[in-house]
Amino acid sequence: MSTTDVSFCIGGEAGQGVQSSGAGFAQAMTRGGLHVFGTPSYYSRIRGGHNFFIIRVSDEPVYAVKDKINVLLALDDTSVLEHIDDLVTEGVIVADEGVEVPEGLVEGRAVRVVQAPLADIAEEHGSSVMMNTATLALTAGLVGFDLQHILSVIADNFAALGEDIVKANEQVAKDAYALAGEDFSDISTWRVEARQAPERLIIDVNHAFGMGCLMGGCKFVSGYPMTPASSVLEYMAQHADAWGMVVKHAEDELAAVNMCVGAGHAGVRAMTCTSGGGFDLMTEGLSLAGMTETPVVVYLAQRPGPATGLATRTAQGDLNLALYASHGEYPRVVLAPHTPEEAFRCGQRALNIAEKYQCVVIVLSDNYNANSLWSVDAGEFDPQQVEIDRGKMLDEEALEAIDVYHRYAFTPDGVSPRALPGSHPQAVYLATGNEHRENGHITEDPEISAAMLDKRMRKLDGARTEIQAPFTYGPSEAEITFLSWGSSYGPVHEAMKRCNAGGTPANMVHFVDLWPFPVEETKEILDGARELIDVEGNGTAQFASLLYGQTGIEVDKKILKYDGRPFTPEYIMEKIKEA
Amino acid sequence: MVTVQDYAIDIPPTWCPGCGDFGIWNALKRAFAEADIAPHEVMMVTGIGCGSKMNDYMHVTGLHGLHGRPVPIATGFKLANQDMKVICVHGDGDGYGEGGNHFLHAARRNIGIVDLIENNHVYGLTKGQYSPTSPSGFETKTSPQGALEKPVSPLALAISQGATFVARGFSMDISRLASLIVEALGHRGYALIDVMQPCVTFMRAMSYEWYRERRYYVEDEDHDPGDRMAAMERALEFPGGDRIPMGIIYRTESEASYEGKLPTLQEKALVKQPLQTRPLEDYDELLREFI
Repeated sequence: MSTTDVSFCIGGEAGQGVQSSGAGFAQAMTRGGLHVFGTPSYYSRIRGGHNFFIIRVSDEPVYAVKDKINVLLALDDTSVLEHIDDLVTEGVIVADEGVEVPEGLVEGRAVRVVQAPLADIAEEHGSSVMMNTATLALTAGLVGFDLQHILSVIADNFAALGEDIVKANEQVAKDAYALAGEDFSDISTWRVEARQAPERLIIDVNHAFGMGCLMGGCKFVSGYPMTPASSVLEYMAQHADAWGMVVKHAEDELAAVNMCVGAGHAGVRAMTCTSGGGFDLMTEGLSLAGMTETPVVVYLAQRPGPATGLATRTAQGDLNLALYASHGEYPRVVLAPHTPEEAFRCGQRALNIAEKYQCVVIVLSDNYNANSLWSVDAGEFDPQQVEIDRGKMLDEEALEAIDVYHRYAFTPDGVSPRALPGSHPQAVYLATGNEHRENGHITEDPEISAAMLDKRMRKLDGARTEIQAPFTYGPSEAEITFLSWGSSYGPVHEAMKRCNAGGTPANMVHFVDLWPFPVEETKEILDGARELIDVEGNGTAQFASLLYGQTGIEVDKKILKYDGRPFTPEYIMEKIKEA
Repeated sequence: MVTVQDYAIDIPPTWCPGCGDFGIWNALKRAFAEADIAPHEVMMVTGIGCGSKMNDYMHVTGLHGLHGRPVPIATGFKLANQDMKVICVHGDGDGYGEGGNHFLHAARRNIGIVDLIENNHVYGLTKGQYSPTSPSGFETKTSPQGALEKPVSPLALAISQGATFVARGFSMDISRLASLIVEALGHRGYALIDVMQPCVTFMRAMSYEWYRERRYYVEDEDHDPGDRMAAMERALEFPGGDRIPMGIIYRTESEASYEGKLPTLQEKALVKQPLQTRPLEDYDELLREFI
């Protein structure tokens, strides 16, 4: 069997169900045993505007989209005009008869056009809204993908809308699928056949992080909706009652972060989620968490700034914000998961680290990661593997045994054992954002002030032991070494593979844990590397500065992207060639 | 039996001699003793300002946070540990200015906290600038032409936003203020106590004498605190008029608190629940959503 690597693009107006169709198609392909990567591109509009969703399916795991697509599912005229140039040779356009595919546009291009009465089929069994179902089913037919998986996704995803809607969509799918065999057999060069595979989830980083937090014992979430972080807040809210959490949509981000401080201080695992602008508002609250040594986890899903920037696009421009946002100095940990399985683990790690070191943990993601869909083996999300470590806590017995409890006692590792407020008559203490003594009360004493800062920062020595070395991929000896962090992993990984296939030995060093920076590990890994190419989604190479500041290692080349769009392997390959 | 002495600590307040904060300090300790609440059973969340140092001068479970943010901190705390009494103590700049948005939302949310605002109509800690409750025309270093805005009307604002307990006290009437605090601590839901207090350093115009001449207690005038419209009329008397209504202006017990409406909190405080609520086998359900 030849290698499958086919990209589909579903395009249409907002309101035509591009997002849900794309996700549903990706889900069906995953159920059919294929490796899937899907990513939406949308504007922040309710109706109007052009939306599209790209789904790449393959025999092998895929983590990025390609610039070119094989099959275009055009739900409207604009999709044809917008994406015809994206088609590969022998690419196929699938559309309703009512969609205009100008002859002049097709002429001279090696594309094939399949137009069928999809709207009619939709209306016959239900309504014109179901044209997307018809288009998906016909496409499945054209590439020889088993209809059963399309039908099973329809049954599951439309169940909440009632049996009639399920039945109507099933009929639409069956009729449209049948057209492929009757009228358009052999039109597609590519076959995408279903196969046996281990059970996989189709999931994005936001949901995987949320699920990781939920399994990791997160009890309290407060947040304020902001693209692209909102789906974390929504996911947690939807699961709050059944899974013993309190989830509060707060009046603003100031309230959200301070509610987390209150809940974290009370002794429950607390998390908030936002994007850059909301994070800006949270900065003061995080400094309070830093000063009062309160465990708080912040999920920061980046989008291009400053100000409102490109609200529904992607960027990696908030690394410095996550690392340095603060007046004064306090310890923090910054993690940037690159895949759903890593985000799942980061949810639990963040909650553990926050409690063990009584500090702020920031988990960085971005719009690309937040909304892209990966197929991941279900085994990666094993609840049995979840470990919970709350760090140094004093229970009733321990509190009985001591004379006076000092919440901020000086300790060699900087971590003062925590007694939860209200847990015992001994656990009466003040936590304050002012500099304070060991008992928590305010002081301006210079020696104590300096010693307290030292104590807090000392906790980073412990946190450092939790930090993973960067992940390495590719051959140990290479001409090119790519450096990446967070969501650029997928495109860089694929670019690396292409370099190797094209005769240029390349490897890759990818950072998930960014602070405290894994200095020694990085130096060791990069020792002897020939050409270092930094790839990141911002205009000022923030990671390269971090690397230089921490290790003295300078990169040889920077491939930066700050147009709001994610990296593609092609873009990286092109930039490598540029001197 | 809890006594006032249980709340004593060997840290003398740095307030100016004659400051209204002393009265509030005494009223708080007296109220806790009267309500028989031990120092580990109450969480006092304060903001930033002279009066917000209240919990530094008491032996009490406390969180002295950020300017304007005690209400969200207290909200998060209450949702995590509803078994404790939670009281915010902060000034008019903190509560009605910097934290004004939180005030509106806490009132309509009916979260079970007492929100005691030390309202001296001026900024003390930053030395004398005008506050959200300063009278129009008040000349200060940041309002050299006199304050151009009208003062915030906190009681009316709270009632209009659906607050279920709205009261006003006076820092000099210590035992009456203590009783108000006791009532508020027993209230289900959000309880605002706007406390009139003189700032002897920066607001000389509103002296003890000035307040004494104008204040009256609504219970002495046959006021029905269950009547929302009547309460609104009383609330609008000050600022604006020359009489300052005190006591419980509005109270209704007919509404559940915010925490009381949450299914997760029906049986136990969140902090007393296990981190993983359900058996691990159940967690496979979460995976099914994505297959």
